[in-house]
Amino acid sequence: MKLALLSDLHANARALEACLTHAQAQGANQWALLGDLVGYGPEPEAVVAQCQRMAEAGATVLRGNHDAMAVTPPVPASRQGEFTARWTHERLSEADRQWLASLPLTVRLESVMVVHASVNEPEQWRYVEDEGSAARSLQAATDQYPEVRFVMGGHVHHQTLYYRGQGGQLMRFTPVPGVPIPVPAHRRWIATVGSVGQPRDGDTRAGYALLDLDRHQLTFWRVRYDHVAAAHAVRAAGLDEALAHRLESGR
Amino acid sequence: MKLMAPGTELDGFRIGKCLHAGGMAHVYEVSYADARPSPFPMVMKVPRMTAGDGAENIVSFEVELQMLQVLQGAYVPRLVASGDLLHLPYLVMEHIPGQSLQQWLDVQQAERTPVRVEELIRIGVATAKALQSLHAQNVCHLDLKPANLLLCPDGRVVLLDFGLSCHAHYPDLLAEELRKAVGSPTWMAPEQVVGVRGDPRSDIFALGVILYELATGELPFGDPQTQGGLRQRLWMKPAPPQQHRPDLPDWLQEVILRCLQAQAQDRYPSAAHLAFDLRHPEHVQVRGLARQGVGWWAQLRRWLWAAGQHYQPSALPAQLQIREVPIVMVAMPHEDVSEATLYSLRAAAQRSLGNRPGARLAVITVMSPNASSSTDSARSETALHRQQLAQLQRWAQPLDLSDHQASFHVLESGDVATALLRYAHGNAVDLIVMGAATHGLQLQRLIATVPIKVAMDAPCTVMLVKAERPFELLGHEG
Repeated sequence: MKLALLSDLHANARALEACLTHAQAQGANQWALLGDLVGYGPEPEAVVAQCQRMAEAGATVLRGNHDAMAVTPPVPASRQGEFTARWTHERLSEADRQWLASLPLTVRLESVMVVHASVNEPEQWRYVEDEGSAARSLQAATDQYPEVRFVMGGHVHHQTLYYRGQGGQLMRFTPVPGVPIPVPAHRRWIATVGSVGQPRDGDTRAGYALLDLDRHQLTFWRVRYDHVAAAHAVRAAGLDEALAHRLESGR
Repeated sequence: MKLMAPGTELDGFRIGKCLHAGGMAHVYEVSYADARPSPFPMVMKVPRMTAGDGAENIVSFEVELQMLQVLQGAYVPRLVASGDLLHLPYLVMEHIPGQSLQQWLDVQQAERTPVRVEELIRIGVATAKALQSLHAQNVCHLDLKPANLLLCPDGRVVLLDFGLSCHAHYPDLLAEELRKAVGSPTWMAPEQVVGVRGDPRSDIFALGVILYELATGELPFGDPQTQGGLRQRLWMKPAPPQQHRPDLPDWLQEVILRCLQAQAQDRYPSAAHLAFDLRHPEHVQVRGLARQGVGWWAQLRRWLWAAGQHYQPSALPAQLQIREVPIVMVAMPHEDVSEATLYSLRAAAQRSLGNRPGARLAVITVMSPNASSSTDSARSETALHRQQLAQLQRWAQPLDLSDHQASFHVLESGDVATALLRYAHGNAVDLIVMGAATHGLQLQRLIATVPIKVAMDAPCTVMLVKAERPFELLGHEG
């Protein structure tokens, strides 16, 4: 099984298409979309439609905090994400909103547990951003299912792999894009796969990960797409200039 | 796992003779159990412990597998197969014939024969070549010692035992949140003592310890058994090798001591640079490392400093750091060359060395053997050599070489391209700078001229420099 893991699509249709094409070429035969399909970006209808087609074809699709927000926009809106949630809400059909609301927060695919944020109370949308929060998410996953070897999430918009070092604590590792990392299944691993639609590490390329469960290799990818056109689309949609700038700068 | 008897079958392999019974693993000769021929002789390494025993050393086995799966080239054994780490851990790999440097050293020491300097150079260069190949693949060995170096009949040194190695692009399974020393105490670099893993210059240090032992029969830091003893090398300078072996050349002492500097940044920046000095003793700058800071007062000061735990390991080099300290080779035409060409070559050389401290310059010219005459003393071989060398040095004078080592070489060969290529190969040159026209490019467009031959077969990047407009024409043409 070659499982493609895509998270934080953020209504960026161009980035999503580029990642899907890339993963297909890499031989992906299973798909998991780890939430935040919408929010921030200019193409919620197109991205939701694409995700629905994939779900029908067997892909696992999770709900993220921005999807929840688009279903029920907070009133009054105070933060940027909350303003775009209202905008997104109005763009989506009632059926789309119901579909988003129906998505699960975690799913287990054999030895892989997928989640948008942390398995430790996933509805709290906790960030897995250091060794401690990674350990709590991993612990919560293996408490539920001892057979889990991999916990794959998104939410933080960074590509990071955590593994157990010699001292027993989790260690943080920043992967090099395109390098297949050996991840033997006698160990446990927890990773954040990066963001398809809104990278924030200074690299404008879309990010996703591919987990090859036959060869026990995990590859983090960065994929070039037309981020300038995506930024133009943000402006054309009348969304906040800062969101367009984010796509142009990758920050 | 216990010792297996010859003839035992394991996972499709027939166990042969046990070649080595170490503390961690057994090594056996093996063949395919179904008698199918193998492309090369094979050995199987089986750890004594399995993961089921809760043993820690199984991790180093896992690390070795990680490394062997990706390493390529003639300096590491090829991996054939591996067993399930949890239930039946083993590695089957190429059996490379040879003798370990430890075995070789034991014989020398039993016979009380000091190692000849030429022999030491040969082993040092071969080991540095193997290390350079390893580092270029983003791997640091981190457990270099005579028992892990295999001397092959063809002159190669092959690296063995990657159980403590570190790949820059993989999670380091041996890393600890509390940094601990991992390695063999006798050869371990100071930064490894304080738990830094992943600096290729740690391997340069270990090679320095090996060269020290080859040169003197002594270990520069002894064989420490305690953490305190191990920490000595953070501040203690070893006795200069000449104290043990007075006839050791100054240059070689300097090379060995440079490898053994406590700070990684004071050692050779890459194994290729070390090999270069070993091959070219005449170009080693003896700056008196042997006399620096070995007095009791200097030692005491460093001890006080280290006792306060002030040892700051050098910053870890960025990825591919060894490519940032290139060996730049400039191929100089030895006759019929215009001022403009010389000027352009110099400008290109300066640009290539750039602002990379540590980049090294080698200026080469190839002389035809027919150029010399055995009767005319002004055209004798040595006189011509000297003239050529002086010319090369004159050419280099305007260059700013303050942060760069430079050396000048006159080669003799009837085949210029082959001589240049051989030099580039042998010295792990990273960039060749040569004139595009000076070796005949413009004259013979359809013939494979020297620059074309070099560019096609070079092991590295080649920069073909076009001469700037001849000075005499400047200002006259539009």
